[in-house]
Amino acid sequence: MRVALFVTCINDTLRPRTGQAVVTLLERLGVEVDFPDAQSCCGQPQFNTGYRHATEPLVRRFDRAFADYEYVVTPSGSCAAMVRDNYPRIAARAAAEGRGRELAGAAARAVPKTYELTEFLVDVLGVTDVGAYYPHTVTYHPTCHGLRLLGLGDRPRRLLERVRGLTLKELPGAEECCGFGGTFAVKNPAVSAAMGADKVRAVTGTGAEAVCTVDNSCLLHLGGMLTRQGSPVRPVHLAEILASTEADAQRSGAAKEGVR
Amino acid sequence: MSRSFLGMPAFPRAAALSTRDTRLRANLTHATHTIRDKRAGAVAELDDWAQLRAAGAAIKDRTLRHLDHYLERLEESVTAAGGRVHWAADADEANRIVTRLVRETGEREVVKVKSMATQEIGLNEALAQAGIRAYETDLAELIVQLGDDLPSHILVPAIHRNRGEIRDIFRREMGRWGRPAPEGLSDSPAELAEAARLHLREKFLTAKVGISGANFMVAESGTLVVVESEGNGRMCLTLPETLISIVGIEKVVPTWQDLEVFLQLLPRSSTAERMNPYTTTWTGTTDGDGPRTFHLVLLDNGRTDTLADTVGRQALRCIRCSACLNVCPVYERAGGHAYGSPYPGPIGAILTPQLRGITGPLEQSLPYASSLCGACYEVCPVAIDIPEVLVHLRERVVEGGPVTRRGARVVLKPAKGHAAERAAMRAAAWAFDHPGALRGGMRLAARTRRLHPGRLPGPGRAWSDTRALPAVPAESFRDWWQRTRGGADRSRRGGVK
Ligand code: SF4
Repeated sequence: MRVALFVTCINDTLRPRTGQAVVTLLERLGVEVDFPDAQSCCGQPQFNTGYRHATEPLVRRFDRAFADYEYVVTPSGSCAAMVRDNYPRIAARAAAEGRGRELAGAAARAVPKTYELTEFLVDVLGVTDVGAYYPHTVTYHPTCHGLRLLGLGDRPRRLLERVRGLTLKELPGAEECCGFGGTFAVKNPAVSAAMGADKVRAVTGTGAEAVCTVDNSCLLHLGGMLTRQGSPVRPVHLAEILASTEADAQRSGAAKEGVR
Repeated sequence: MSRSFLGMPAFPRAAALSTRDTRLRANLTHATHTIRDKRAGAVAELDDWAQLRAAGAAIKDRTLRHLDHYLERLEESVTAAGGRVHWAADADEANRIVTRLVRETGEREVVKVKSMATQEIGLNEALAQAGIRAYETDLAELIVQLGDDLPSHILVPAIHRNRGEIRDIFRREMGRWGRPAPEGLSDSPAELAEAARLHLREKFLTAKVGISGANFMVAESGTLVVVESEGNGRMCLTLPETLISIVGIEKVVPTWQDLEVFLQLLPRSSTAERMNPYTTTWTGTTDGDGPRTFHLVLLDNGRTDTLADTVGRQALRCIRCSACLNVCPVYERAGGHAYGSPYPGPIGAILTPQLRGITGPLEQSLPYASSLCGACYEVCPVAIDIPEVLVHLRERVVEGGPVTRRGARVVLKPAKGHAAERAAMRAAAWAFDHPGALRGGMRLAARTRRLHPGRLPGPGRAWSDTRALPAVPAESFRDWWQRTRGGADRSRRGGVK
């Protein structure tokens, strides 16, 4: 099977190792991964801030970039939700404004082929045990878009539970927003920071070594807070956990030995 | 009540202050978490909740689509039952009508039961100017009124107060409004409730004019429906000689059968009760029973304009259950006053700018008072997609566009102060549509990464005050792919340049 990776702009620029982890993981599961170079951003920051018109070229670009693929896999719950929830909406509004039905075709093609990583693993590949090894305590924060817009349900948990060596810690108030919300963090900094602080307190209270999500945007916000507080809790994308193996653990163990 | 919401600072500023109020935060967190957990339990008891919710949304949508028809039907039924119907296009007109009606009775005091519509139009202030004193009789409204305060929640307007604060307010203020608080009043809920009961009973028994709102108006019979927990509404509807009800035009439901759906959705969503303790239905006037005169003031005040917006009109489905407030993480931290209107929380963030128009700084800031987490949509018993409307209104703020104001189609200009953001968004969108330029920019960012500041200037400062900025890695994913997969042809197949 051949799939296209939609790495998303945040991962591309700020967290390339998440994209690398997806490549490693999918190839290990026997999937051929391509990275169509013409891809860019899903348009979520523009759309959610009110610049709907600026997202129209990005809908077209998404459609063209992934035209040859049956599956587009992305390690970002909110970008998958952007495609699935808002592309049809953008198309419908454009049609209502008399700009033809061309966007409708693009949206109709994009929606059914776009999968968030855990959906792809569980629903398409039918695996929950991806052969990962991650000897750490981890707490899982189900991001709002993964939880409510995509309805990921227990897919991420089922994957995490099959990771050898991993101890999953329950996160109190898990379903509450972390307070990132894209430009919300900039436009309402006080409330965003208050929400983030409460979430970080919940995370730290679990005693876990790492907090994991299916969305790096939330992790950048939480990670930024954890760093500022000098907390040792690491933000880790789920893909990076699923890509880890015994060999990686040994290698990083050896590296540590070497340092000492 | 001497205070009103007008002139509130824009949301982010108001919220920055209230977020620091630790007592407010504690009161709100406690209250909203308790009720939200109970609501979830009450809703989970019904297997057909999803169908009920869909039915509620469908009835409201159908009614709104034919609102002119149902309002005329309502007017006929109310008139036939002995009531009189008055139409008010805006707040001023509604206030004038009500003031005139009260004056005609010769009375100078009225009892009121919770009506958000009257807060929306500032009725108490208008009556006060005409020398008429309005007494709030809903327990929480009473606390707000005695405390010279503003409501901060749809259902529990004094949610921001704890018991100790309420005791202090009662002790200090009750005597100035009527029967004083009993000696040695404690902060036990039973004693507080009894103090309020005695204070209010005096008012009910002397008042000749009652003013109410309504949860629903049934078009086929002209029936006013008031749903409540305390029974004060029932007293207010039945004891006075004259009843004046001020009701938003979106509150009409076609038939009694439609009511069945809402009487299931409302109590579970709002108070987590299977059935609310008091449901009063009142139709016109009856000799020897209840008010001898009944006036219904149907209030538009921006509702028809809202109806003209195909995306935003769903806000008019709202049955004011307050479930969206209780789950909202932003409301929980900012408190209700920051929303600058009797409609706080997520519903307020979409209703207020639509009813008042998105022209003032507060109204322009409200659509951004959300992280778009979607919790409000999930709990809303009439399935209002609040995030969808928020984003739609944000578009009106930053890009302008067609809106209806006072029945006329006008094109709104983009709000001031968004020029830099608009330019940045357009530039980003352009770069994202030109991957060559994007790659260049990313490489530049990676190469200069040692120069990046730890804190941001300008609007980003507030971000970096509490959060460390992410470091830009040396190599983007794109470049890693190019380097390790060697720009092999397979990456080109799906590509367009
Ligand atoms: S928007 Fe929905 S949840 Fe919020 S008060 Fe109205 S009906 Fe209730």
